[in-house]
Amino acid sequence: MSVTDTTVPTAYVRTEMLPPRAAPMQRKGALGWLRENLFSNWFNTVLTVLGIAIIWWFVSHFWPWFAHSVWSAGSLRECREIIAATWGEGASGACFAVIRERWHQYLFGFYPRAEYWRPVMTIGLMFIALAPVLFSVSATIRRRVLAGGGLLTMILMAICGVPLWSAMLMLALFGVALLLAEYAPGRLLWFTVFYPVLGVWLLWGGSLWSPMMVLAGLAAGFVVARLLAKRAPGLAPFAAIITIAIWWAFISQPLADALAGVLPLSLLHVTSREFGGFLLAIVIGVSGITMSLPLGIVLALARRSDMPLIKTFAVMFIEFIRGVPLISLLFVASTLLNYFMPPGTNFDIILRVIIMVTIFAAAYMAEVIRGGLAALPKGQYEAADSLGLDYWQAQRLIILPQALKISIPGIVGTFIGMFKDTTLVGLIGLYEPLKGISDFVRADFNWKGIYWEPFVFVGVIFFVICFSMSRYSMYLERRLSRENR
Amino acid sequence: MKTSVFLGVVAASGLIAGAGLAAEGDTLATVKSRGELLCGVNPGLVGFASPDANGNWTGFDVALCKAVAAAVLGDPTKVKYVPLTGQTRFTGLASGEVDMLSRNSTWTFSRDTDLKLDFAGVNYYDGQGFMVPKSLGVSSAKELDGATICIQTGTTTELNLADYFKANNMSYQPVNIDSNAEGEQQYMAGACDAYTTDASGLAATRAAFANPDQHVILPEIISKEPLGPMVRHGDNNWGDIVRWTLYALIAAEEYGVTSANIEELSKSSENPEVQRMLGTTDDLGAMMGLDKEWAKRAIMAGGNYGEIFAATIGEQTPIGLARGLNAQWTQGGLMYAMPFR
Repeated sequence: MSVTDTTVPTAYVRTEMLPPRAAPMQRKGALGWLRENLFSNWFNTVLTVLGIAIIWWFVSHFWPWFAHSVWSAGSLRECREIIAATWGEGASGACFAVIRERWHQYLFGFYPRAEYWRPVMTIGLMFIALAPVLFSVSATIRRRVLAGGGLLTMILMAICGVPLWSAMLMLALFGVALLLAEYAPGRLLWFTVFYPVLGVWLLWGGSLWSPMMVLAGLAAGFVVARLLAKRAPGLAPFAAIITIAIWWAFISQPLADALAGVLPLSLLHVTSREFGGFLLAIVIGVSGITMSLPLGIVLALARRSDMPLIKTFAVMFIEFIRGVPLISLLFVASTLLNYFMPPGTNFDIILRVIIMVTIFAAAYMAEVIRGGLAALPKGQYEAADSLGLDYWQAQRLIILPQALKISIPGIVGTFIGMFKDTTLVGLIGLYEPLKGISDFVRADFNWKGIYWEPFVFVGVIFFVICFSMSRYSMYLERRLSRENR
Repeated sequence: MKTSVFLGVVAASGLIAGAGLAAEGDTLATVKSRGELLCGVNPGLVGFASPDANGNWTGFDVALCKAVAAAVLGDPTKVKYVPLTGQTRFTGLASGEVDMLSRNSTWTFSRDTDLKLDFAGVNYYDGQGFMVPKSLGVSSAKELDGATICIQTGTTTELNLADYFKANNMSYQPVNIDSNAEGEQQYMAGACDAYTTDASGLAATRAAFANPDQHVILPEIISKEPLGPMVRHGDNNWGDIVRWTLYALIAAEEYGVTSANIEELSKSSENPEVQRMLGTTDDLGAMMGLDKEWAKRAIMAGGNYGEIFAATIGEQTPIGLARGLNAQWTQGGLMYAMPFR
């Protein structure tokens, strides 16, 4: 006979479940959240109060300044008069009228105003060129980027007051790109290949035939390589390089001139000195980013190579470039190179800066990627070998996809740092947005004495761009993570 | 075989370099064939050089670029303005990035000799001064013993300040700043008792304050800052062109030639010097490779020296600089053009 016999009435055993009770007041709702997150113990409480005090201090100091913003005035003096008249004598206020009058110089520098459609179009086309590269797997993302890029471009075009036909053309191009992305995303990649040439032509202008001939040189090299591939495979790459060099040096210019004589397709030439503001920052930043990544990968592989010559060269290059400040490289680009080149050589200043920024970023990139390579377990390398893959196949199919995925935060960090470093070109007299443009805006007596407003404006734009890059990298990391799904 | 090819390459590169040097030596020919004057200017200095919202440059230094372009190329608009910072200005000129520098640079011994550059004259006599808030109750720079002073680094003003305080047996606390705009901020925020830079800059800064009457510029000028256009060593003809264009502007004021009456005076002036200068009688321009009317065009570009001064930095402008040392020698100033003969 057991004690748990059900027939025995036991008054102290409950026969039915109690209904769940609501959580106590201190644990639920806003109060509970506050208790848990902000005031869970005395130390957190102190931190919370301190944090609120600091935020309050900032807001209470800067809010009046923001709230008293003046957006339409002809000079700082007028701004001050309006602020004094509206909020009383001695009130402080921001004078964003300077942005309203000079915003176009912050965006484009001295780029001719009638030609603003060209840089805006270049930026719009950049989204089309990026779409297949960044998001080749997901159609949704492609759509989103194209639509977002299109919207941004249209807004920019509206703000800049571009001619109607260019807006229509852009709209049509985005339409075509959306269709292509939907039905033949592979085709879009061709546009990405030609985009650099198109972008350079749109931005700098001049005859269309010159960039075309540069492309034709590459095509000629490719044809030569193809023809020789069967007969002398070892010789093919060298022959191709020599063909390209000969084409660029001797054939391309006369041919371009001749073609321009037949059919003059040309845009107003804009010199590099006229570039400025965010146009300059984006041109340098985007070219630096796109070129430093492949260069960085090559350098990282070279540094881990078994071939002593290549390895030594890579180590020397990386350590030298990382060992000198970017500013000194920029000074070399702007002044020292002039001494070495024969007088009268016209080596474009922006091109010089892009080269310097690229090799600088590539050195950092190489170390970031080397970190990724080192983080891969040795088994991956051995697995690739045991499959009988050769070096490049192993890198392309097994090693690099994993190593690059590991390095994404570092790579994007380098990108963001490089984009912000473009403001250093102000030191060699280019009009970067942060200081270069502000300095000459302040040199106009109307705006002399303006200080914080341009910083706020430029800072906000920089933040938007850098924050988007950072969000994209986080998205990419989530998307590519194969471990914990 | 290999040696001969090598020697050939060396000879060829030598020839190319030689040809290049010859081309660099003749700036006038380079400018004429380019059809554009490359003028190095300050990236932004109130009254002296600044671009407006449409990117057109104006200012006292810019006016000289225009005058030279008018004299050499016949068109004052054919100038490409190359903004050069304090660090890049001299290398920019020496390396041939610009044809001339019109960028408020002080004429000093070492810049003239050691840097292998030539000053083509003085277009503005400046000097370093101090600005203090009225509330400080200081009326002379001699009373600034122990003061904190905002000073731009890397300029001659920094050295002048040290010299002045040492000579007067006083001490000071420097607050280093990078640019004029930053200096104003520091000064307004009370980070320093006094702000020192060129007197022209002080006047412009003070005029832009919300309440200019609460600040005073002390009477002492502690340094000589003769600012002038620069060219490279070695191309004397080009230096002459820049120098005499400047003199033409100064002489025009002295003789009463203005942009308004120049057409009339070039035909009917009784003054033989004006006749020579404007090319009515003599052909002075040919002596430096220009045509007869070079000076006439230079003056018509922006007026004579006095007109340029009045339009860009003079008392009628918000900057409100008095002529002072920059008046004609006949009015007690230092502006003295050499004779056109």
